[in-house]
Amino acid sequence: MSRQRTDARPRSRGRRLILLLLIVPFVGTLWVSTYARTAPSLLGFPFFYWYQFLWIGISAALTVVVYLVDPEAPGADEDRA
Amino acid sequence: MTGGVRVEALVVVTVLFLLVTVLGFVAARWRRGDLDSLHEWGLAGGRFGTVVTWFLLGGDLYTAYTFIAVPALVFGAGAIGFFAVPYTIIAYPLVYVTMPRLWSVSRAHGYVTPADFVRGRYGSRSLALAIAIAGILATLPYIALQLVGIQVVIAALGITGTGFMGDLPLIIAFVILAAYTYSSGLRAPALIALVKDALIFVTVIAAVTIIPSRLGGYGRIFAAVPPAKLLPAPAQFGAYATLALGSALALFLYPHSITGVLSSNSRRAIKRNAAMLPAYSFLLGLIALLGFMALAAGIKPDATYGTQAAVPALFNMMFPAWFAGVGFAAIAIGALVPAAIMSIATANLFTRNIYKEFLRPNASPREEATAAKAASLVVKFGALLFILLLQNARQEAINFQLLGGVWILQTFPAVIFGLYTRWFHRWALLAGWLVGMVLGTAMAASQHFTSIFPLRIGASTYPAYSAFYAFIANVIVAVVLTVVLRAMRVEGGPDETLSAEYLRA
Repeated sequence: MSRQRTDARPRSRGRRLILLLLIVPFVGTLWVSTYARTAPSLLGFPFFYWYQFLWIGISAALTVVVYLVDPEAPGADEDRA
Repeated sequence: MTGGVRVEALVVVTVLFLLVTVLGFVAARWRRGDLDSLHEWGLAGGRFGTVVTWFLLGGDLYTAYTFIAVPALVFGAGAIGFFAVPYTIIAYPLVYVTMPRLWSVSRAHGYVTPADFVRGRYGSRSLALAIAIAGILATLPYIALQLVGIQVVIAALGITGTGFMGDLPLIIAFVILAAYTYSSGLRAPALIALVKDALIFVTVIAAVTIIPSRLGGYGRIFAAVPPAKLLPAPAQFGAYATLALGSALALFLYPHSITGVLSSNSRRAIKRNAAMLPAYSFLLGLIALLGFMALAAGIKPDATYGTQAAVPALFNMMFPAWFAGVGFAAIAIGALVPAAIMSIATANLFTRNIYKEFLRPNASPREEATAAKAASLVVKFGALLFILLLQNARQEAINFQLLGGVWILQTFPAVIFGLYTRWFHRWALLAGWLVGMVLGTAMAASQHFTSIFPLRIGASTYPAYSAFYAFIANVIVAVVLTVVLRAMRVEGGPDETLSAEYLRA
């Protein structure tokens, strides 16, 4: 750890709220009636299919955002792949 | 399948199989540790960084059976089979939030299994035993299904002998798998996962470019799908959503998933993986579409393997022989990796939560490792005998794997809620688990082992994933009984964990 920080210290309110972003994919994918249709199609894919493919990317991107503001993310040194 | 043995494809499969066999044995020397300790054999010492963890979890969660069954479901039942995509989308945000906590507390106390954690958190041997039993029961049929994946590939290679000679390729593959798992532990599937995932990526990328171009593009493929299969009907929306949600909640309760998480070397590696694992979800979505491609290509269900032969038949039809071999090798090796990890995870559960807990409390670390290695053999050969000897074994394995999903989800309150709160009473959690297990099993059995249970309330019917209904019942029982037991001041059991231990790097 390069900075002085105790892990038990409560995270700041803003950083906790960021975690709510991780709920968004649940709404996007579990509310089936909003996307169970064929139009508009994209590159031959009916809406139902390309919409769900799109959510794979959105969900990953949201996770990256959460990770980047996560107090554990930057400057840590314990990970060697 | 007709036309005799496909020699070119068989040669490719054999060569790749030999390659991973060598890797499996060499793995013992990789990131070297004392393989006579359970932590080293069963969790590779917790040394895996972000990239190895990514390959390991990818190789672990996206099994051969996934690659066979998901497109088979899309081929046979249509859009409902695509629930696998939202399922693997929402699983990873859950991983991001929950699994670093499990990793930290496990590291602090040397937990190897989820049942170890439950034992420490609630001070209850019986609750830990319940968690271990659910884990073992849920994983065994999953291992058997990996064998089915290999069988489908062997059949697609044109090897169709009957009796012992027909079973020989499967037996050889499994004996070799058992040998290197025994000697190398978790390091073997981790190293082989690199090859497996590379083969899967190459195969799928080739499949989703070559096959549509031969079928006239994606527009033509979707146009060939009967309208009833193209979208879920409004009556199926609830089933679609609860299948996705229930499966996602269950995914990281499976012992082999937790083994993958606990073998990583940091919380950061887990969090990064939550962002990186969706790459496999993308792959899975493409694989699911192979089911529609098989429909568009006019493939009919196979006499022996039904819809499960759709993807191998598609490869045989669309790929040059040698490349079909690459695809088959990807599926077969894709069976070996999870089978190894599942047998290790089951062995860990047996050793820690049954053998050491109830039979040999004073077992030394060396004896623990020996017991786990033996258990991993028993588990694998049990699955092999099950598949080879039982009439109708394939269908039984599929039924039990469905029940496995029901059962494993019933460990959610004790394990996942337990990561956040000690409010729940241990006996309430145990009662909830029991109610969920019995109710879920009864619901699945009443529907002839299909996943959807049509719950009738008054005049309305609400079809949804039976595991999910059982889970709701489980939580209700756990909450109500906790309130009652607390009001009666029944002793709750000691908690050996500290709240700071759930956050420690």
